[in-house]
Amino acid sequence: MAKEKIITYPERCKGCHYCLSACKKGALSVSEFTNKKGHKAIEANAEKCVACGSCFTVCPDYVFELVEEAGA
Amino acid sequence: MVMRKKSPLLVEDNKFCPGCGHGIINRLLAEVLDEMGVADNTIGVAAVGCACLQIDTFGIDWIQAEHGRAPAVATGIKRCRPDKVVLSYQGDGDCLAIGMAETIHTAFRGENLTMLFVNNGVFGMTGGQMAPTTLPGQKTTTSVHGRDVTKTGNPANILELLATFETVKYLARGTVTDVAGINRTKGYIRKAVENQIEGRGYSFVEILSPCPTNWGLTPLKSIEHIKNNVAKVYPPGEVLNRTEEAK
Repeated sequence: MAKEKIITYPERCKGCHYCLSACKKGALSVSEFTNKKGHKAIEANAEKCVACGSCFTVCPDYVFELVEEAGA
Repeated sequence: MVMRKKSPLLVEDNKFCPGCGHGIINRLLAEVLDEMGVADNTIGVAAVGCACLQIDTFGIDWIQAEHGRAPAVATGIKRCRPDKVVLSYQGDGDCLAIGMAETIHTAFRGENLTMLFVNNGVFGMTGGQMAPTTLPGQKTTTSVHGRDVTKTGNPANILELLATFETVKYLARGTVTDVAGINRTKGYIRKAVENQIEGRGYSFVEILSPCPTNWGLTPLKSIEHIKNNVAKVYPPGEVLNRTEEAK
């Protein structure tokens, strides 16, 4: 089965932190990067991520995508 | 495999406040229309209020109705163009305050429509005034000491009311508070759109959604507020499904 990996779009983040409470693997954290909207964006740790898609489901601003890894 | 990326229908970033449930509901609706292959054939009727902010960012045809008149406008469109999928997208101020008459009469007529109703308990865009759905004791800018039900009435549970109409075929209430609730809500929206395509009649889906800005809570506390308080007054789930007999 093709493996999926998480991609984030930090510019879309509005800092609601729904994803932080939805992620059961502790793969998400608040980064030091402040986006153009003025929010500290979320970053993902690909090592901890199991591509369950919870963050994608709860995010109101479409910050996360799960895509198949190239060549997998 | 189910694609987990932004639907191509969401052509721009949304304009909602941080933590607003409309963003999630927009995504669910976009995915349903996308997966069913009806996006090009869909006409949305938007309300006045926050529920019209997706007109520029959601890539289907939209028409904005006057305040509260979305079901009436949708009725006109559906009767003229029965081949189209017509849905209304309203908030609680629009659907249950100024638009209560249109909402009820559209249900009485049993129009073959899909109505989406986003319940966040306040008039969001205008600054958080009390809506018919505001909880008892809830503080808003027009009920600063908390909603007094002896003066302003009980919260409007529209699904309980519509369930008494024989012309109504499908009623459900979803939430956007957690992954399971969001997935169930998507299922309700899908059924409501399917019912229209199959000509089964009137479907109405209410979605409990947070408004952190006007509730004066953080987004995460707003979610807890829905789970602990709002969902007790407005219990989620399928309230009515007469689609089998409508076939």
